[in-house]
Amino acid sequence: MKFSSQAVAKPYFIAAIGLFTLQIVFGLTLGLQYVLGDFLFPEIPFNVARMVHTNLLIIWVLFGFMGASYYLVPEESDVELYSPKLALWLFWIFLSASVLTVIGYLAVPYATLAEITGNDILPTMGREFLEQPTLTKIGIVVVVLGFLFNLGMTILKGRKTVITMVLMIGLVGLAVMFLFSFYNPENLVLDKIFWWWVVHLWVEGVWELILGAIMAFVLIKITGIDREVIEKWLYMIIAMALITGILGTGHHYFWIGTPDYWQVLGSIFSALEPIPFFMMTLFAFSMINKRRRDHPNKVAALWAMGTGVMAFLGAGVWGFMHTLAPVNYYTHGTQITAAHGHMAFYGAYAMIVMTMISYAMPNMRGRVANSAKAQSWEVWGFWLMTISMVLITLFLTAAGVLQVWLQRYTDMPQSFMVVQDQLAIFYWLRFAAGVGFLAGVGTYIASFFIKGEAVGLANAAR
Amino acid sequence: MSETFTKTMARNIFYGGSLFFILVFLGLIFHTTRVLPERDHRENITPQVVLGKKLWEDNNCIGCHTLMGEGAYFAPELANVYQRLGESKDAIISFIKYRPAEGVPGRRSMPQFNLSDEELDALAEFLKWTSEINDGDWPPNIQG
Repeated sequence: MKFSSQAVAKPYFIAAIGLFTLQIVFGLTLGLQYVLGDFLFPEIPFNVARMVHTNLLIIWVLFGFMGASYYLVPEESDVELYSPKLALWLFWIFLSASVLTVIGYLAVPYATLAEITGNDILPTMGREFLEQPTLTKIGIVVVVLGFLFNLGMTILKGRKTVITMVLMIGLVGLAVMFLFSFYNPENLVLDKIFWWWVVHLWVEGVWELILGAIMAFVLIKITGIDREVIEKWLYMIIAMALITGILGTGHHYFWIGTPDYWQVLGSIFSALEPIPFFMMTLFAFSMINKRRRDHPNKVAALWAMGTGVMAFLGAGVWGFMHTLAPVNYYTHGTQITAAHGHMAFYGAYAMIVMTMISYAMPNMRGRVANSAKAQSWEVWGFWLMTISMVLITLFLTAAGVLQVWLQRYTDMPQSFMVVQDQLAIFYWLRFAAGVGFLAGVGTYIASFFIKGEAVGLANAAR
Repeated sequence: MSETFTKTMARNIFYGGSLFFILVFLGLIFHTTRVLPERDHRENITPQVVLGKKLWEDNNCIGCHTLMGEGAYFAPELANVYQRLGESKDAIISFIKYRPAEGVPGRRSMPQFNLSDEELDALAEFLKWTSEINDGDWPPNIQG
């Protein structure tokens, strides 16, 4: 760690891991509700548990992005963070708002929460992933603005690098697109069109810039490869991300009342969306293969390569699988979508945050890398989580194929619930894989508490 | 990547390519919003449909159901529920109205939302209006 102010990233990472764990617990609850329909009903109905599951995901990834930025920007800019105090204040505001929101979801019926938080004044609630009360959304905007201000001031007084530029474009994009969550027209079709400006243009747009910037930073640090090379890769990856991803939004405009030409445009451009993710994989592997030094933090390199591969599989391959309009006509809104969503989010955004944590956390705890023993626990956590996620995805895909066949494709289509009953075996297997994932999370967390012999930067040059 | 392909070139592709596709996208969105009235039949959005959408949101229906394929995959698609239940608003209303508060043992069940008759009617009107949107003939069949 070059600057003491980078340490403000630590509480952000700890909160991220805590909320991640809670997300998985709710994921398991949902998995059980798929097979034991009355589990926790009516105390925690499915919609509440799902909202907690998906919102926690968004929140903890945002905590991860913020922590990563607070760590990365001072080091890249070669100055102390503009205001560590502001960063800590925003941390506590963001954490309390998140916790209060989740308590609100669980404590009262959603309609009551909508009423007491003034959803009648500015209705923004009740839309997938944007379920947060309007007050929480305003809180998120305030926190993100303060965060951007803090980073911006740091960059202004320091060195400007490609990585911080790309990161800032991504983060400003994140903030700007989120403003569309306040636009909720009475016309459902318009509502859906602009809802995707938040959801798609986040995860298949500006978030990829953030991902790329974090990846580039970690790769420079652990491989010692020349900055010029890394930056060229970064520009090409994010160029492909936006060139394919912006018109790729069209793959959400197939069946929501939008004109038919979106079926052609959306199919073509979203079919190209795997390219940036494939490049990300090549990037990570080739930089690590050509490394100029052997960094003792081996597990950070594993996370970086894992992010590339899993993002390519989850977002790229599983996305492509159902993105062409004639295919999507049958698969839209089935377990195929769920399969893709799980692996894509884990592979791209959960894993990049863990890549950064894996690299930065030992530095913040006063060592170049964790002990071999702690690293081996973390490697176990990596594989348990990753393999479990592959299994979750495969079981959901199997469920999805069967669902499409029984409910959509045959001459004698069966009703939704009749089909769901026949998918039970895959839902049970998915649940088992989910338990494996939780074990992975436990192992991962345990790795932070494992001691062992310290490792040093003995072999700086290779 | 080779030496002839420089970082400056990569940067220009990023800024130029992104800007170009942002403009194309904005143009297409503008066109889409122009032609949308023919497809969404917005002339039929009555105050009841508006109230119905508000209730749809306030009760987080999307947390279990899909609507035009978007939402959660725990409960049936509702963009064509009006047709599935025999083009009957009453069938939609009674389904929602008579959900057992304690659920159905061992089965998935919709919660009891305790909506008033006026609210039930608005929700049904919203689902009826939604079912008439020209959405590329989706879903493929009546089962959703």
